[in-house]
Amino acid sequence: MTEKVLSPEQVAQVFREKFGAAVTDIRITERREGAKKNPNFNIWIDIDRSILTSAVATLIDMHFPHFSVISGMDTGEAVRLIYHFTVFYGHPGSECTVSFSVTLPKNDLTVPTISGLIPGAVFSEREKQEFLGVRVTDIPDGRRLFLPEDFPEGVYPWRKDETGLPDGMIKELWRSKRPTDRPVPPAGEKELCELPAEDAPEKEGSS
Amino acid sequence: MSEEKKSPYIIPIGPTHPALKEPVMFTFQMNGEVIQDVDFAPGQTHRGIEWMGMRRNPVQIVHLTDRICGICGVSHTLAFSRAVEQVAGIEVPERADYIRTIIAEFERIQSHLLWAGVAAHELGFDSLLHLTWRVREQSMDVIENLTGNRVNYALVQVGGVRRDIIPEQHRIIEDCLSTYEGLLGKLLDLFLHDRTIAMRCRDVGLLSKDDALKLCTVGPTARASGVNVDLRQDYPYCAYGDLDVRAILPDQHMGETRGDVYDRIVVRLLEVGQSCGIVRQCLSEMPAGEITAEPKLAKLLAICKKARGEAIGRVEAPRGECFHYVVMEGKEAPAAWKVKASSYSNLMSWIPMLRGEQIADIPIVVASIDPCLSCTDRVAVVRSGSRSILTKDDLHRLSVEKTRRLQQ
Repeated sequence: MTEKVLSPEQVAQVFREKFGAAVTDIRITERREGAKKNPNFNIWIDIDRSILTSAVATLIDMHFPHFSVISGMDTGEAVRLIYHFTVFYGHPGSECTVSFSVTLPKNDLTVPTISGLIPGAVFSEREKQEFLGVRVTDIPDGRRLFLPEDFPEGVYPWRKDETGLPDGMIKELWRSKRPTDRPVPPAGEKELCELPAEDAPEKEGSS
Repeated sequence: MSEEKKSPYIIPIGPTHPALKEPVMFTFQMNGEVIQDVDFAPGQTHRGIEWMGMRRNPVQIVHLTDRICGICGVSHTLAFSRAVEQVAGIEVPERADYIRTIIAEFERIQSHLLWAGVAAHELGFDSLLHLTWRVREQSMDVIENLTGNRVNYALVQVGGVRRDIIPEQHRIIEDCLSTYEGLLGKLLDLFLHDRTIAMRCRDVGLLSKDDALKLCTVGPTARASGVNVDLRQDYPYCAYGDLDVRAILPDQHMGETRGDVYDRIVVRLLEVGQSCGIVRQCLSEMPAGEITAEPKLAKLLAICKKARGEAIGRVEAPRGECFHYVVMEGKEAPAAWKVKASSYSNLMSWIPMLRGEQIADIPIVVASIDPCLSCTDRVAVVRSGSRSILTKDDLHRLSVEKTRRLQQ
């Protein structure tokens, strides 16, 4: 590889200069482990969704990034998506992660696809559509990925609002007891520890 | 026009897996004996582990991450712990970093040997399957000796590790390493100089470097296509920064990179030798000291509860990059948790690999990325499909027959 390896500050500078106000915040974190305490750098860039594809294109100009995954979380009034990339792999000790964070208000959960630039990203985009209820515009393949075909529409497992998993869909297997419609086993059954049904923690799922 | 309908015809395979004992649904568009296009549907064993994690605290989650995968029990726990440690600002003792490295490398050794056996089986070479799985047992014994378990090791926890490695165990580890180093030449010879394996694997299941990059491939699958990527080299964590690990690429051994099934065998087998070297170096350079930053779990939990922030934990698992993203917001449970297993990144590469290949090559090509679906899928569905489906046994039979044909 002939690409120039930039330091995390230089990478941050490139994005600051190119996108100005559309980049709302850049943070650089580091972690040192082992006896030599060599650093690893993580760059966190908060951006407006309008520049998402051009930000990825800028990253490609630096060094074709490895796209890891899109993480997502429900922050209450918005859904935040974090696109994780890494650049400068292949250069010992120089790889750093670059995470673009876009915040989508809940009244407009759309985000452009980046699969035109990185075809492998479609896998993760499909997952975010079914788990967080965001809509990826122009996605080449908008089918479900992990959730079963008979999973209800409009339920998104990672959401923390009314579209999240309803309590009725959660099977608490740990509460299951021996079926009563079968003969008692010959060895005699040990006493089961009783679980008081009324004060078991139930409200967790809806919070 | 009606004649055109005959071709391509569609063959669904699965959800019972054609290569591994895990479910994934394939749909092949066939033109005669040749695969024209492929589609697959993962999620047949999705267990919703991330959802469960967001309702538990980090001390509990490490036991959940141990069970994401039956093979990479260390990788997921290590990646998750590293993420939480960064959010909570926990410094891991150096000795723990070394112990984590040693167990991670043993995991790689046993995983690669397991895979080599599966690959041999898919080709119809069952004597080699039995040989590799027999020698794999020794690494499992060492893992049991170090952790108390063959799977679900529960060794890594947030802040460090649960058990130390005592001097008496050094001899057991050394025994295992020297056995493997002695055997490696034989295994390389059996796999790489066997005419039948070469015929079945050379230039089969090709993945170009360009495709490997664009489809975000990781680990040995990417390296076999010539992508110089290995977290232990590029983004060193734990003790790897002290050890100077370098990515193993097929051209170092073969003089060229073709990106086929054969190259994937080369990379994995050589990595077994590399892992032995890493374990030995770790044992000799292991610093003395504590093995965990906070031995009292209640205190550890209190630290985690106060933590706020987000972090990434990445680990080079046997199959490639294992990635965990954790957000803590001063509560017991993480506000967000994303698990990206290594196979998650590798599944897309099946499509270019399988295009143009024959039905009988499906098992070995599918197996060649060492897919781990329990990792990638994390809701079980029972399908009462009445589609005509090729079973795993049919496919395996076809693959074995092809080998026999080539041998004549």
